[in-house]
Amino acid sequence: MKNSWIIAKRDLGSFFNSPIFYVVTTIFLIIYSYIFINILSFFNMQSMQSGQFQQMGMALNINEMVIEPSFQNMAVILLLIIPIITMRSFAEEKKSKTFRLLLSSPVQLKEIVLGKFLACMLVVTLMILMSGYSIGFLFMIAEPDIGPVLTGFLGVLLMAGCYVSVGVFASSLTENQIVAAVITFGFSLFMWVIGWGAQSADSATGQVLQYLSIIEHLDRFLKGMIETSDLAYYLSFIIFGLFLCHRTLDSNRWR
Amino acid sequence: MIEVENLTRYYGTRCAINNISFQIEKGEVVGFLGPNGAGKSTTMNIISCILPASSGSAKINGFDTFEQSLEIRKIIGYLPETPPLYPDMIVTDFLKFSAGIRGVDAKQISSSVMRVIEKCALKDVSHRITGRLSKGYQQRVGLAQAMVHDPEILILDEPTVGLDPIQIIEIRKLIQDLAAEHTIILSSHILPEITQICKRVIIINEGEIAAVDSLSGLTASLRKSERLSLTIRNVENDIAEKLSALDQVLSVSPGEENQFLIECGLRTNLQDDIAKLALDKKWGIVELKPVSMTLEDIFLKLTLEEKEPAA
Repeated sequence: MKNSWIIAKRDLGSFFNSPIFYVVTTIFLIIYSYIFINILSFFNMQSMQSGQFQQMGMALNINEMVIEPSFQNMAVILLLIIPIITMRSFAEEKKSKTFRLLLSSPVQLKEIVLGKFLACMLVVTLMILMSGYSIGFLFMIAEPDIGPVLTGFLGVLLMAGCYVSVGVFASSLTENQIVAAVITFGFSLFMWVIGWGAQSADSATGQVLQYLSIIEHLDRFLKGMIETSDLAYYLSFIIFGLFLCHRTLDSNRWR
Repeated sequence: MIEVENLTRYYGTRCAINNISFQIEKGEVVGFLGPNGAGKSTTMNIISCILPASSGSAKINGFDTFEQSLEIRKIIGYLPETPPLYPDMIVTDFLKFSAGIRGVDAKQISSSVMRVIEKCALKDVSHRITGRLSKGYQQRVGLAQAMVHDPEILILDEPTVGLDPIQIIEIRKLIQDLAAEHTIILSSHILPEITQICKRVIIINEGEIAAVDSLSGLTASLRKSERLSLTIRNVENDIAEKLSALDQVLSVSPGEENQFLIECGLRTNLQDDIAKLALDKKWGIVELKPVSMTLEDIFLKLTLEEKEPAA
């Protein structure tokens, strides 16, 4: 674990030294903020209207109408942005031949994989926390329920963890960062849309596809529910990705 | 200390090294010599636990490089062909990272880094970014990285490749200093380097060991004929003929000014005869000496001998 932290710390240093982190975070925050403002002003407009028609006010809920869609949109932006963050992990090490330094050090392969995952995860967490200003602002002007906000953050983090896990795995497959990013994006997007097949498939297959969909499990977190099946899905997804990454790196040595 | 037995490694179907065996004792400085692509790096990669062997075994201090690699990795320092530097890191930070990852105790990291900075003369560049350093300094940072945890064994893959002559001399001197305290395995395709640093040479060619011996042993065992150099003052036309007429002389070729290179059979008292002849004819001997084979000759001879039957 200590070794993983040493590796993660170095990776974090290189994130903060390079422009990638700043560019990606800035773009993430700009897009997210724009969407958030739009959601908020739509909610604002509806609130005004409900002032005229009393009975409409019952349906207005800031958690459901502002926070939930904000998280959902954040999930989409993360899908686009996480591949950029994870693509360097192993691809760059292999390209610049620094991976041999790690391999010849008294560090286990799984500690290296964990360190890389940790570094990307911390960067993504930092980005998500920065976006939290928007919800903090809501607490200043209104009284949202804090429960779904916290579970929402947890859900988004877990979902981001899945993307990162795919990203780290993709990065272990190649020396080329762009290839790694494209694989990550493609696979993540596929896991996102896989649930769409549920409507046309028969009920058993449909259920499986629905369960496999990465976004399906986020919904309950956003509503304030922590279900074991959702937790199990995300955690096993992450662990499986890291496992594949470990196997890939190990088998590379034999080729 | 290091025992390598029947080591074989394939990349796909290509055989990189084939059935290599050798032993290295503690405190030795051993040179791997061979042309590019001979399997030097592969052998070193296997010893440093980066690659597994296809068959055979390599053991260091009784630990197997595959089964117990973590134990071995604590006591080796490895400098690959390209120094493994993160181009965006400051030299000191990079060395601290290497020390940490190589298992140096957190409290001793600073002092270890100071020590290698001193030893490798990196003080002037310690606050610069590794990616911006000259090749010579990068190589030195690479060397510093390999010895930051004070390993028993240093494995250096072509440490002087791509450096200018002055840098080569500096690195060489550094390695010679290190030889006092460490077991060193060094690879090179540059021959004078090996002669200057190493006590023993393992010559690898096309994945197989062509010879393992001390330098003097190699020179002696390979010499099937002796070579003498004769320098005289008064050159006449028929000197070469007269020398060739002597018993056991195989060939005579003119060298530099007033110099003749005489190729002759082994263990003859030819020197006496040549001296006598020179005195009789009043050639005026300036110098008569045996010419020992350089490593270059040995190398060419070994690698050519290998190739000839194949062709």
